[in-house]
Amino acid sequence: MSKSNLKKTPLTDWHASHGARMVEFAGYEMPVQYEGVLAEHAIVREKVGLFDITHMGEIYITGSGARDWISGLITNSLKKSDPGKIVYNAMCKADGGVLDDMLVYCLEEERWLIVCNAANHAKIVGWLEKNLPVDGVAMDDQTDNIAMIAVQGPVSRELVQRLDTLADRADDIDGLDFYTAFTHEGPGGEWLVSRTGYTGEHGYELYLPYADAVSCWEELLAKGADLGVAPIGLAARDTLRFEVCYCLYGHELGEDITPLEAGINWAVKMKKKGGFIGRDALLAQRENGVPRQIVCLELDGKGIARQDARVLVDGKDVGYVTSGTFSPTLKKALALALVEKELPQGELAVDVRGRHIPCHTVAFPFLAARTKDDPKAERSLS
Amino acid sequence: MVPNDRKYTKEHEWVLLEDGVATIGVTDFAASELGDIVFVEMPEVGDEVNIEETVGSIESVKAVEDLFVPVTGEVVEINEDIDATPELVNSEPFDGGWLFKVKMNDEAEMDKLMDAAAYGEILGG
Repeated sequence: MSKSNLKKTPLTDWHASHGARMVEFAGYEMPVQYEGVLAEHAIVREKVGLFDITHMGEIYITGSGARDWISGLITNSLKKSDPGKIVYNAMCKADGGVLDDMLVYCLEEERWLIVCNAANHAKIVGWLEKNLPVDGVAMDDQTDNIAMIAVQGPVSRELVQRLDTLADRADDIDGLDFYTAFTHEGPGGEWLVSRTGYTGEHGYELYLPYADAVSCWEELLAKGADLGVAPIGLAARDTLRFEVCYCLYGHELGEDITPLEAGINWAVKMKKKGGFIGRDALLAQRENGVPRQIVCLELDGKGIARQDARVLVDGKDVGYVTSGTFSPTLKKALALALVEKELPQGELAVDVRGRHIPCHTVAFPFLAARTKDDPKAERSLS
Repeated sequence: MVPNDRKYTKEHEWVLLEDGVATIGVTDFAASELGDIVFVEMPEVGDEVNIEETVGSIESVKAVEDLFVPVTGEVVEINEDIDATPELVNSEPFDGGWLFKVKMNDEAEMDKLMDAAAYGEILGG
């Protein structure tokens, strides 16, 4: 696909004119890196980084039937979803395979927001439409109107509080718990300030009208200069999420992988009222024994195991790597792999282009997330 | 501009011939395209290698590329610094980040490689 056919975010031209290497991602022209993935990764772990994630899908669901209708399509419970609360979810097919993972915001009792992955946006819109019409439920896809800027890192709170638009909301930002959000009237329309992220650090995701995106981005960079703020590309977004073992759709999640296999059981509420699409299949899988699981691997030899590398026990194939890279924080070659639940005894290895590199399983996650901690808390790397 | 004391391949490697021994590395373009390099799988000293054969790989955080040998001969030395500091390939691709040396069987193979001007045209186009 030539770049002229790609969708742009309000910030695409800014990235391209400020030294970013641009790539195609989910039909958008996006920055993959600026200074370099190792340096950008460190900035987010130690200071604060900005990500343009406008490519994410934003779908509003409104009406008196919104809560129950959404609940029937997702694995987690909305029982505790009061206005301002956010819930992480999988959306499954009847066979339990995952269509996408997503955040579900309760903005008001009759106004909800579903935030899905860019690569799955068209599929999810189609799936939602297929499950309509329903009385008391309206759907409004605002993906092409809402920009998204993630502000992530130990000093992200201080930086977000410096935004002029949020000047009178400093206390609300202080009081914002992990997985909660508030709305605010910005210059170009409604903003949503969300204490969420995909890095494992204390952070925020700002949803704002396209018209406000460039000014917000530039203000964050200008006012965060003394904090060490920098723009971060998608490559570092991936290494950051990888270290804290957040699932990435197309890797740890897919239509051929159930949430139970992916290890997000905590987001699957089998007994919730009204059930959900895929529940029966997941219940049966749980009762019959989940056949595969995601494990954390550390390589004992030189090399990097990437997606689809086979995992072997005494040379016998037991599964495959879903994500693998060099961990910038831990400085080791690590991998997540989907393998047989009951691994046979023997020598564990990964096949990297014909070379068998010994490896061993390590505890999940590789690195503990600091999302709920005091933002300035020291991380133990032990 | 790339140094004009050496030859280049379309796979963005460079070859510097001195006293029958070819020093091989990757160009700054290749290093930059790969991004932060974290591991280089090298051939071993004593390996007999053939022109355009894959003898290893270069791993960055994001991607992996094959390491080709642009000449035929025997591997006589590898850069021992790369194992501990692979970032040398990014920071000094044309000197401290060299990868390995091959004692050439036939120095005429150098004539098949591009000079700096020809390689520059590839980068420009």
